[in-house]
Amino acid sequence: MNPKILIITGYGLNCEAESKHAWTLAGAAPELLHLNDLLAQPARLHDYAGLMFIGGFSYGDHMGSGLAFGARVRHHLRDDLAKFIGEGKLILGVCNGFQIMTKLGLLPGLDNDYFTQQVALMHNDCGAFQNFWVTLRFEDKSPCVFTRGLGLMPLPIRHGEGKVFTLDRELLARLEQLGCAACRYADPATGAATDQFPLNPNGSLNAIAGLCDPTGRVFGLMPHPEAYLFPENHPQWDLQKLRGELPAQGAGLKIFQNAVAFLKSA
Amino acid sequence: MAHRIEIALKRGVHDGRGAGVAHRARNFFHLPVTGCASRDVFKVEVDLKPRQVREVQKIFTDPVIARSAVGRLAAPAFDWLVEVGFKPGVTDNLGRTAQEVVTDTIGRALTAQEGVYTGAQYFLKGALTREQAQKLGRDLLANELIQSIRVFSPEEWAVAPVDAEPPVIRDPASVNVHTYDLGGSDADLMKISRDGILSLSLAEMHAIRDYFNRPDVLAARTKLGLPAQPTDVELECLAQTWSEHCKHKIFAARVRYVDEQGREQVIESLFKTFIRAATEKIRQDVDWLVSVFTDNAGIIRFNDTYNVSFKCETHNSPSALDPYGGAITGIVGVNRDPMGTGMGCEMVCNTWGYCFGSPFFAGDLPAGLMHPRRIRDGVHQGVIDGGNQSGIPWTRGFERFDERYLGKPLVYCGTIGKLPRALQGRPSERKEIFPGDAIVMCGGRIGKDGIHGATFSSEELRHESPAQAVQIGDPITQRKMYEFLMEARDLGLYRALTDNGAGGLSSSLGEMSSLCGGAEIDLAKAPLKYEGLQPWEVLLSEAQERMSLAVQPENVDAFLALAKRRDVEANVIGQFTNSGAFMTKHGDRIVGRIELEFLHEGCPRMEIEARWQPPQLAAPAPLRAGNRNRALLGLFGALNVCSKEFKSRQYDGEVKGLSVVKPFVGVHSDMPSDATVMKVEYASHAGIILAEGINPFFSDLDTYAMMASVIDEAVRRVVSVGGKLGQIAGLDNFCWPDPVLSEKTPDGPYKMAQLVRANQALFDVCTAYLVPPISGKDSMKNDSVRGGRKISIPPTVLFSTIAKMDDVRQAVTMHFKQAGDLIYVIGLTQDELGASEFHRWLAAEQGTPAHYGGTVPGLDVPRALATYRAMNAAIEAGLLHSSHTPTLGGLAVACALAALGGDLGAELNLDAAPQSGKLSDDALLFAESNSRFVVTCAPAQATALEAVFAGVPCARVGIVTGGRALKLATAKRTLIEADLDALRKTFKKTLNGI
Repeated sequence: MNPKILIITGYGLNCEAESKHAWTLAGAAPELLHLNDLLAQPARLHDYAGLMFIGGFSYGDHMGSGLAFGARVRHHLRDDLAKFIGEGKLILGVCNGFQIMTKLGLLPGLDNDYFTQQVALMHNDCGAFQNFWVTLRFEDKSPCVFTRGLGLMPLPIRHGEGKVFTLDRELLARLEQLGCAACRYADPATGAATDQFPLNPNGSLNAIAGLCDPTGRVFGLMPHPEAYLFPENHPQWDLQKLRGELPAQGAGLKIFQNAVAFLKSA
Repeated sequence: MAHRIEIALKRGVHDGRGAGVAHRARNFFHLPVTGCASRDVFKVEVDLKPRQVREVQKIFTDPVIARSAVGRLAAPAFDWLVEVGFKPGVTDNLGRTAQEVVTDTIGRALTAQEGVYTGAQYFLKGALTREQAQKLGRDLLANELIQSIRVFSPEEWAVAPVDAEPPVIRDPASVNVHTYDLGGSDADLMKISRDGILSLSLAEMHAIRDYFNRPDVLAARTKLGLPAQPTDVELECLAQTWSEHCKHKIFAARVRYVDEQGREQVIESLFKTFIRAATEKIRQDVDWLVSVFTDNAGIIRFNDTYNVSFKCETHNSPSALDPYGGAITGIVGVNRDPMGTGMGCEMVCNTWGYCFGSPFFAGDLPAGLMHPRRIRDGVHQGVIDGGNQSGIPWTRGFERFDERYLGKPLVYCGTIGKLPRALQGRPSERKEIFPGDAIVMCGGRIGKDGIHGATFSSEELRHESPAQAVQIGDPITQRKMYEFLMEARDLGLYRALTDNGAGGLSSSLGEMSSLCGGAEIDLAKAPLKYEGLQPWEVLLSEAQERMSLAVQPENVDAFLALAKRRDVEANVIGQFTNSGAFMTKHGDRIVGRIELEFLHEGCPRMEIEARWQPPQLAAPAPLRAGNRNRALLGLFGALNVCSKEFKSRQYDGEVKGLSVVKPFVGVHSDMPSDATVMKVEYASHAGIILAEGINPFFSDLDTYAMMASVIDEAVRRVVSVGGKLGQIAGLDNFCWPDPVLSEKTPDGPYKMAQLVRANQALFDVCTAYLVPPISGKDSMKNDSVRGGRKISIPPTVLFSTIAKMDDVRQAVTMHFKQAGDLIYVIGLTQDELGASEFHRWLAAEQGTPAHYGGTVPGLDVPRALATYRAMNAAIEAGLLHSSHTPTLGGLAVACALAALGGDLGAELNLDAAPQSGKLSDDALLFAESNSRFVVTCAPAQATALEAVFAGVPCARVGIVTGGRALKLATAKRTLIEADLDALRKTFKKTLNGI
């Protein structure tokens, strides 16, 4: 049976269509549900094997991206989310979804504390929202179940607040040690992590583009895998086609396929 | 009582906002600001227990990077503090979100008297005077039209009381309906029009006076207890409905046109004679027009499942006063056009385009005008926020610069929507309403925002232009409403809908009531943001994010229940009738009744004189023959040609994941594409192509040539990426200076003749190309009179194109692809340098910037059609590796862009290019002749390509190389030999970081 994935919508989140399509292509059974409908019946969460916090501009990013949405979720869904994670299910957050998860504390979720904010996603160093393609390096040693064996991947970024930041150097060291830094902004020529704009679009510490919790089942990232489902999404698909290098599918799909493979084998 | 919360970043955390302020203060205002620390201020006017105050403070404060205090946070070392807040009644989007967070935190809804209000603090360091700090407040940190600014020295701040006072209108004024006396002299009538910002002409005032004097009208009014003379509700409603903005009186006028030979022609309506007639004629040859000119956006068929709609608007006047608010309202406002078209469209993508004064303008700015850099920054940020927060990708964007846009910037915003062809078993484009249907308003609440927006934009900008004519859009409220409406649409919960834009309820209900023959609304039932609005203000308010709907009586409960679940405001405010009149009540009291026929048909027709005389514009002196590297670099760095990537990257172009040919292409994704291509559905390879043409400079020579050229540009851009003739639709946006003869406008007949000629060209070219205009808009008063100086824009037409593409994977992009490919020029280059980028550059170089005349590009329609058919065939056969159509800067700039896109060198012999007669080197390089392409193909395809283009001007001119130089030569000499890196640097430098 195709695993059921819940995609929460509403309040300015806006990547529901492409996220739903991504899960469908990957072999899951995604469903869209308005946040208010979920809050009215929180137990519905447990009908699903996976949960996705999608990208968008919840509450317009006012007061800091993800703050208002995160506060609403924390007030109403805290116990159900804890149970959901405890049962070994998957949670994915992309862009604003990642910001919401970080504000909630779901990420990085150290010490089994999923409801205290531990790191920040700050304004990009360049001071503005940016949309262009970057190269991601997925870390082999991360426990993240979404990113296994992915290596390098081109994906678009579209955010104003994506700089992973903390003043606490020890915390950062622990994140690295636990493999929570599941992916980084990299130089496509060398594959090395980079702090150079625009390869690193926001100035993230240690070039971190995405974080997972220590179990690897809760994962969020700033770039948009659901925006690279088709080969023609790539900005140089024209050249790839001419050279006979056009892939059969967009690389972003692999993240969803990894998740579905994990759920099917679980 | 209100609680003040101040929030700052922790020490060690980079304050990007503060650093940005210090940077701009130094670089743009040349003030010695050495540092700036920024903070947020929240004034929480909510009844809270002390414990709740601490909870709210905690939730407002990011624990990782921020710190806060209730009351006051210790100030950092500073020389001046500038504190900014909103004026009462101004939309405060941040405050609205904070309110919802408070609601969630304390677990109860806020009362009508409670609210959260926001502000910001800027602690400036540096040797500034108080006046300089105030100037920064006024010109950089805030807009006094909508914001309050307070400046404190450290000593003043130390003793100032903690200010938690919210900016609220406490004005529960009693409801007051005023009656106008139209019985006076003509001078009295015009005083009423002027004082009330009604923008009604004397003839219109007479028509209104005569209507209210009609015995049958008087009898009906007496019976309802209405006074004989019009109430303010009625006069305001008429003024709004008859405004130039809503009624398009100039396009509907009877025009007497006299050409340069004295021949006279009477045109009954420019719109009917040229624009609608073009579409009607083309309708006989294309079968995909679904709904044109009748709805908020034009609708065409996309495939068996979907129709596609397109609308483009301008929001010029509000953007001149409040660039950010005006522009964000422009984009979220035009989103509501497709949203309110047919049964309601889903959003597909946005387009934008702006005409500004130079951001580097250093001349004397008339008092009261904002610097064009500030306007540009605000407009971009408004459309960036509006589009990004709405989750709608941008696809096309452009900027044009000319000093004549100093007085009024042009801010174009467009939206494409899609609509299932059938909903609940009936055609989705059909709009019908039955008597008895409920009138429901949903979305935002009503405030004084934007009152008189429609009548005000129908006037030139004056110093005393009203502040409340500016609205500020709230994308999130609209997004919530949009998702709710799509849900309600698919459930079949309403009968019809339209948006509330200019003129507010007066306009939307006035239009809707004509579908069933009447309406009756109770203005007291409309939800207000605050007390104190008079009935006429409720009717006219242009408060944003609102739609008006007709809901079947049996669906009202379900509709309202769904709205509540989606946290969207919706209220029944009346019902549709067949009484023949638009009736307004306030509670039990009837405050207005206007017969629909008079409302919609009673406006007297204007009669306008138009006299054409070809303008005399000197040409620059020809350059001596020689190398043209300097000219190419000059053009490449010029504002109108140079890269616009810096700002464009701040717009989200990829949400929805459907983009195929993006706005920027090439190996470094940094060259502007000729047209963009995107899919419409995930599961299909069919898509749409979008492009545009705009060239206000050609208007200085002849608006007929201008119009023909911009249509050709918009069409050939589509053709260049793979669009097919016969599948292209158009959209016209006319922006004109006032063309009506008056004391203020002695050259009205010339400007009107320019308008006539542009329309003649539109009919001629659209019908020949089979490109039907499906929608459009005009903005006819783009003049500014300030400081005793009148600045009028050059006549400007944006012609946008949309075309279906059967398989987006066949799209061709503009850049050279690989070394060894052959380069061809398709189309004829002619001696057409008039008003070209090159002539404008040369004229400026020669110290006579106005002398850029010459021959303006013409259009040979049969040759263009043959060329486009051949291009269609070449792309269908897969022959082209790249295709790029020259626009500003001609062949030289086109070749340079294609080379940079591929990061490949090229060598071209321009003698070989198809040309009429023997052209000068400069005409060959820089003429902006229409209907041309620079294409490449693999050497093995040369014969096939030449066969496809047989009979069309086409010549092999060179080869793509693996080198780092672009070389353009004739037999006699090398004209250009430029290094790719130097070209790229020049192209990007001008507006990088600006």
